[in-house]
Amino acid sequence: MNAPAKPKLKVATTSLAGCFGCHMSFLDIDERILELMKLVEFDRSPITDIKHCGPCDIGIIEGGLCNAENVHVLREFRANCKILIAMGACAVNGGLPAQRNHLSLPLILEEVYHAQHGLVDGFIPNDPELPLPLDKVHPIHEVVKVDYFIPGCPPSGDAIWKVLTDLLAGREPELGHGLIHYD
Amino acid sequence: MSQDKSFTLDGKTVPYQEGQTIIQAAMAAGHYIPHLCFNPEFKPHGSCKLCTVKANGRQTASCTQQAQPGMVVESDINELNDERRVLLQMLFVEGNHFCPSCEKSGNCQLQATAYELDMMSPHFDQFFPDRPVDASHAEYLLDFNRCILCSLCVRASRDVDGKNVFALSGRGIKSHLIVNAKSGHLADTDFSGSDKAAHVCPVGVILKKRVGFSVPIGQRTFDAQPISATPHPKVKGA
Amino acid sequence: MMTSQTNVHAEYLNPILARRQHNPNDLLQILREAQEQHGYIHTDAIDYLSLELKLPRAKIEGVAGFYSFLYLQPRGEYRVLFSDNITDRMLGNMELLENMCAQLWVEPGKVSEDGLLSIETTSCTGLCDQGPALLVNNIAINRLTPARVSSICELIRERVPLSAWPQEFFAIEDNIRRKDILLGSDFKSGAALSALFQRGADATLQEIKTSKLRGRGGAGFSTGMKWEFCRNAAGDAHYVVCNADEGEPGTFKDRVLLNGYADMVFEGMTLCARVVGAKQGFLYLRGEYRYLLDHLQAVLQRRRQQTLLGTSILGEAGFDFDIEIHLGAGAYVCGEESALIESLEGKRGTPRNRPPFPVTNGYLDRPTVVNNVETFASASLIALNGGAWYAGIGTETSSGTKILSVSGDCERPGLYEYPFGVTVAQVLAECGARDTQAVQVSGASGVCVSADEFERRIAFEDIPTAGAFMVFGQQRDMFEVARNFVHFFAHESCGFCTPCRVGTSLLSNMMDKLANGHGSPYDFAEIEKLNGLLQSTSHCGLGHAACNPVLDTIAKFRPAYEKRLAHKDFVPAFDLDAALSQARQMTGRDDTGAHLERSHESR
Repeated sequence: MNAPAKPKLKVATTSLAGCFGCHMSFLDIDERILELMKLVEFDRSPITDIKHCGPCDIGIIEGGLCNAENVHVLREFRANCKILIAMGACAVNGGLPAQRNHLSLPLILEEVYHAQHGLVDGFIPNDPELPLPLDKVHPIHEVVKVDYFIPGCPPSGDAIWKVLTDLLAGREPELGHGLIHYD
Repeated sequence: MSQDKSFTLDGKTVPYQEGQTIIQAAMAAGHYIPHLCFNPEFKPHGSCKLCTVKANGRQTASCTQQAQPGMVVESDINELNDERRVLLQMLFVEGNHFCPSCEKSGNCQLQATAYELDMMSPHFDQFFPDRPVDASHAEYLLDFNRCILCSLCVRASRDVDGKNVFALSGRGIKSHLIVNAKSGHLADTDFSGSDKAAHVCPVGVILKKRVGFSVPIGQRTFDAQPISATPHPKVKGA
Repeated sequence: MMTSQTNVHAEYLNPILARRQHNPNDLLQILREAQEQHGYIHTDAIDYLSLELKLPRAKIEGVAGFYSFLYLQPRGEYRVLFSDNITDRMLGNMELLENMCAQLWVEPGKVSEDGLLSIETTSCTGLCDQGPALLVNNIAINRLTPARVSSICELIRERVPLSAWPQEFFAIEDNIRRKDILLGSDFKSGAALSALFQRGADATLQEIKTSKLRGRGGAGFSTGMKWEFCRNAAGDAHYVVCNADEGEPGTFKDRVLLNGYADMVFEGMTLCARVVGAKQGFLYLRGEYRYLLDHLQAVLQRRRQQTLLGTSILGEAGFDFDIEIHLGAGAYVCGEESALIESLEGKRGTPRNRPPFPVTNGYLDRPTVVNNVETFASASLIALNGGAWYAGIGTETSSGTKILSVSGDCERPGLYEYPFGVTVAQVLAECGARDTQAVQVSGASGVCVSADEFERRIAFEDIPTAGAFMVFGQQRDMFEVARNFVHFFAHESCGFCTPCRVGTSLLSNMMDKLANGHGSPYDFAEIEKLNGLLQSTSHCGLGHAACNPVLDTIAKFRPAYEKRLAHKDFVPAFDLDAALSQARQMTGRDDTGAHLERSHESR
């Protein structure tokens, strides 16, 4: 690694239609987070609880797009981050949430809020506070340009560490056997 | 008067026997050329195009191209690996390949080949096709979401098992695998777990039921070593 | 198990099976004839055929599923297919289709609730000189107008049988505009065969070689060499196949040749049979030309009576040859000779791995000559008049004449026969084309020629062609021309190889993305990249050619693309706001939070 004389890079992270598993995996870099903190500072992230992303060097997105809010957050990241990284299966290819894509959205809403066994007087929530679901779940590269991808469900802490340290060192990220995983 | 029966593959000399195709000779000599629809136990098919090489400068599928004396074959070069990666991305977006839920993960040739070629994303927009799952059979499951139309099961059932359990139907992007039953269900065919066809699927379409996670994810065939270092069990060499 | 007694489909299948001698190689023909009887291929019919032909039912389903004109589900008593070549589009076919759908209360692609009809589009039906055209129950109707469409709607509503529809609807015209040695010849049936007998088979082959005749299907392989290779190839039987699967959009010369010059074509096949030693020939006729079948059967029958076909042709003991007609069923790829042979063998029309080539391993793995309709007709002329005479016409490397199928923006569409070497400009002048922007020569897989190239020549050494000559005036959008062709290739891809199966679909989606106003320079680069892959890795010519229209129009009409790159940066292919519409409907919301901007660009 370079000597930490340079100004710290700004990194933002978020989870869209994901399970936060990738963020948990991120924490699996364990004590290396101390080394990372010497090189970067976090903008919007579950670690900081900052609500909006400001100008950043690197944005890391977990999860795909299943509703309007996901799209707003993703666009905010794309507008503010020089480099955008899709982290994990859901961001890369839709992942688990996209397993609903072979069902029609009205059918799903009907089933969940009206037809399901045990529901009494069910109704589909219509509060303007709630983001509306998209008719299909999309991986993030279908909506904005994405610079790098870390596949995996979740990617290992080592894989995330490798991509970040490659980028911080100015190298093209490369995972190679053992780190590249789709499962 | 014997003519030298060898060609070069990325600069290495590869001997061959009359009638062998490039990939057959290369595999026998322990060299890896990416492939999916090719299986050394079967007649070459030539559909997936992953095994495309440059033979004397001309691009061709190495599974169907006969080896010729002195042929100069290039395979492991950026230009071809870039194209192969795009072919893989095509196969990934064409179907529904949700690896975390697939029992074949770690033993899957499609996945392992994508690892080998550093496929980091599907790149294209997903087609998210609506494909069925056939759980009718007592012992085996068919998950058509993962089918890459290599037709190995079709060939195995027809040529080895003498049964014709599987066939391709449709055309173009609507091509799909069907089974030999009026109901369309595997249970109504003469398919059996002892068929060759039950064991040739390079991806996770034809799966034995109730064997989930007997080997944990992370400890499976291609987790241990890359596919390029894992020779087909029926091939000597390497 | 199903027995023949219990299967109601046996009644119409038995005569078909008997006529086809229970030959599994005739599966496609059996399925096609079964559908003509029943309207679609019933699942019980497949059971019965499986039993009778001893074929697995999955194989039968697989074959039926490959061909666009075969249906495994009911498609209505009246199955209307609008021809959707770019020339049909230019003549307003989509408006007519919508008009018909509205009049008959049916959605495109769906069967009406009462099961009466379905309306869809199909690839070019070879009536570009008299479009817009459609097929109803696979029979062609030309020159559609709103009035004709209304009449058709009325006939369908009244359930009038097709045989009682006004005959003028089916009056397909030849539209021969310029005749030369072939279209202008006063060929007498039997004359070329008599010449053959005088000269002998060896000398006839020599004449074909001397003539320097090259295949008229577009690839231009030497006909004499092909015949010689086949003749010299070992095999217990040899076959002669005439490729009349004229599927290349904008081509319709074979339609006219088979309508008015069938004797010349069949005689050319018979000559070839004598040269290569074949006893059996096939005419593979595209399904769109089903209406020519009765006429062609009658010609064959007459020729048998004239001893020009059958045993001891013209009294020559041991010269036995006959021709059978096989119909295609809506699959452009079957124009590729090895796919055509697969189709003749009753299989899915997937191109074979080559080599070996058909001349050594063709129909039933036997040596087979596959030639175009026009090639066989030309061979008859050569047998009559000699190879030297023929070689003197045209250019040094492209001997003889070429029949062009002219359509699009011109006053006199139709057939034009010219000696090879004619310039594009001359053809344009003679067909009455004015203010021409471009000509697509040789169909979707051919070359797009722009105005500054109109002095180029139609010849193998300059612009080779299978015959299509589609004219586009200045008012036409060349991007839309290319997009039509790209959709054509995606529809016609056989699906065998990955790059063509998936690549043609991706390419269609990308072209649609541009057409829908979601394009950016990113997409343009993607299109170019995909084209390269299709060209270098596809299994057959279809995949290789699928990018031709795009590559050509990008090179020559770049502004037509650039004006579609509406965005500076990448935007999604789909409309994000529309992607919320189902949720809006389900929740009854229409507040600002219930919408998304279509695109979100940093400026």
